Amino acid sequence: MLPGIIKIVIERKRQMASKAKNAQLDVNKQLETIDQQFQTLQILNEEGEVVNADAMPDLTDEQLQEIMRRMVYTRILDQRSTALNRQGRLGFYAPTAGQEASQIASHFALEKEDWILPGYRDIPQIVWHGLPLYQAFLWSRGHYQGMNIPDGLNIYPPQIIIGAQYVQTAGVALGIKKNGGNTVAITYTGDGGTSQGDFYEGINFAGAYKVPAIFIVQNNRYAISTPVDVQTAARTLAQKAVAAGIPGIQVDGMDPLAVYAAVKQARERAVAGEGPTLIEALTYRYGPHTLSGDDPTRYRTKEEDTEWERKDPLVRFRKYLEGKGLWNQEMEEQVIEQAKEEIKEAIKQADAAPKQKVSDLISIMSKNLDANLQEQLEIYKEKESK
Amino acid sequence: MAQMTMIQAITDAMRVELKRDEKVLIFGEDVGKNGGVFRATEGLQAEFGEDRVFDTPLAESGIGGLAIGLATQGFRPIPEIQFFGFVYEVMDSIAGQMARYHFRTGGKFDMPIVVRSPFGGGVATPEMHADSLEGLMAQTPGLKVVIPSTPYDAKGLLISAIRDNDPVIFLEHMKLYRSFRQEVPEGEYTIELGKADVKREGKDISIITYGAMVHESLKAAEELEKEGYSAEVIDLRTVHPLDIETIVKSVEKTNRAIVVQEAQRQAGIAANVIAEINERAILSLEAPVLRVTAPDTVYPFAQAEPVWLPNYKDVIDTAKKVLTF
Ligand SMILES: Cc1ncc(C[n+]2csc(CCOP(=O)(O)OP(=O)(O)O)c2C)c(N)n1
Ligand SMILES: [Mg+2]
Repeated sequence: MLPGIIKIVIERKRQMASKAKNAQLDVNKQLETIDQQFQTLQILNEEGEVVNADAMPDLTDEQLQEIMRRMVYTRILDQRSTALNRQGRLGFYAPTAGQEASQIASHFALEKEDWILPGYRDIPQIVWHGLPLYQAFLWSRGHYQGMNIPDGLNIYPPQIIIGAQYVQTAGVALGIKKNGGNTVAITYTGDGGTSQGDFYEGINFAGAYKVPAIFIVQNNRYAISTPVDVQTAARTLAQKAVAAGIPGIQVDGMDPLAVYAAVKQARERAVAGEGPTLIEALTYRYGPHTLSGDDPTRYRTKEEDTEWERKDPLVRFRKYLEGKGLWNQEMEEQVIEQAKEEIKEAIKQADAAPKQKVSDLISIMSKNLDANLQEQLEIYKEKESK
Repeated sequence: MAQMTMIQAITDAMRVELKRDEKVLIFGEDVGKNGGVFRATEGLQAEFGEDRVFDTPLAESGIGGLAIGLATQGFRPIPEIQFFGFVYEVMDSIAGQMARYHFRTGGKFDMPIVVRSPFGGGVATPEMHADSLEGLMAQTPGLKVVIPSTPYDAKGLLISAIRDNDPVIFLEHMKLYRSFRQEVPEGEYTIELGKADVKREGKDISIITYGAMVHESLKAAEELEKEGYSAEVIDLRTVHPLDIETIVKSVEKTNRAIVVQEAQRQAGIAANVIAEINERAILSLEAPVLRVTAPDTVYPFAQAEPVWLPNYKDVIDTAKKVLTF
């Protein structure tokens, strides 16, 4: 009898195994399922209509107005920065127009105590986090005082090495956790950045240590000239979270409310000890990659530009707020005036910064200068005094 | 013959080799349709197709690994690292892997790879793009490190590098890309790797240099001439392996030398050149061999570049110290 029972059990096991094996081998189904799970969250459509009331974040009228104010201000900052660069009064600049919802609304979901690890395009977020504008300008001009960030501001210098901010964020967030803080670390990269090893390592470490981190990918469809479909076979970038065992959300990055809702939730999870989140924001940069010679007409079509300009975050949010009686022409003009005025002041302040000397650079090389550097410091000081 | 800038000569060298050998492949960030951020691969994808010239995902270590894998499969990859300041992302592929494959396999695998990359400074890039990291490369056994200073040399050296069966790091000084034109022959010609070029003959002092500093040194030599000093200027062209024969011969003639590099002072090529001179020609020297270099800081913020980078005046000052020792 016994052998018979064993036989049946074994057969059953085999059947189950072969069934399971078939499901496991159905790789197309697997990819389809993953793709279906990553649908774009949108709350406001291009017309400024609420299409997803369920997901509507809890924001007061004043907060809604403040998001609009900051987006308008940031658009002006972009225009002025571009103009100043062309006049030779600003250095390196990576345009931001088109990405205001992704940048401003994600930042708006943070608290002052949260830590930001930006990329080179994320100047608006750190300015709204408190970095004096003139310092952002100094950084653009290539002056060491640009990123000598004032105490009390939880800001890191804009990362140039794509992906490096992702691994460092895991460390910052682990530090926050070990220090028992109730803040988060947030970092930004682009679609291209998700190809770097550092991207995977960063989200994986963050998941493994379950740290309070938020990883934002601003997918503006291009890494300089390289379209996102050259970066990866994955249909979304949000699904890259799956392998790290952390949540991934794709949002309409031209919709400030969707961006805000996703980041707000990620922040709440993070401070509740539930770990990191990856958020992909679908957006577009209207301008060139940077102002150092990039010509988007070499790799993008006019049609694509127009298609995305129709999705403009300012246009749809303006419509939405006007519909609620929360915004008007006069308010907009006031913000524009204020922005222009403050930018002018900041440039003046940047102009007043002392000229950079080699001895300054030597003296910031390390906390204590070794004998070799000390010797060089003296040599340069001597030269500079002539 | 055509008048070409250095970057045109580099493109031309790649065109010649793409045409000559179907195993030659070019890839990197934005090298396809966009022709690279400096336009070094301009028109090559259109001419040779996406199978031969293609964009990669944004990952330098991926680019390095791809090159190694393709090399083992019989291809001759020319990966581009967009700026040499990003080389740290691909250091394992370069210094840890491709430099050692031949050795690790008892000579079985060749690594006919040319890693091309813009380097050096003086063009106000954002932070962390510009730098002179040739010293890192030169310290790695298994790599050749080539640095052209003229359009003519760039083309001939690049063709040689592509035909070489060992990995070559080919560093293109950003400031020289478009700074002047020169007659460059059409079609193929090669310049042997590892051979220096005596740019200017002289009898009082040898100025040994490479890259953008060749031009500062030539300018300095002209000024020195006005003061009655005859300076010989040697362009190393390959910083590893060094053309020791040419260096020693020159020093034995002039009995005095300085080494000029744009890189920081610590470690580096200049120190190595001086060590070789000391070991091989100390009895010919009538003065210590001095260096002209940048100070030992991180590559500076753009605004400070003009005062940080060495220039012809520094070359003159240092040369005079040695001449009047
Ligand atoms: C490690 C590294 N490789 C390459 C670059 C050069 N680079 C600067 S921006 C960029 C494209 C980045 O694209 P994406 O991540 O999509 O961000 P976006 O610029 O579109 O905001 C590249 C290749 C760099 N800065 N760092
Ligand atoms: Mg992008």
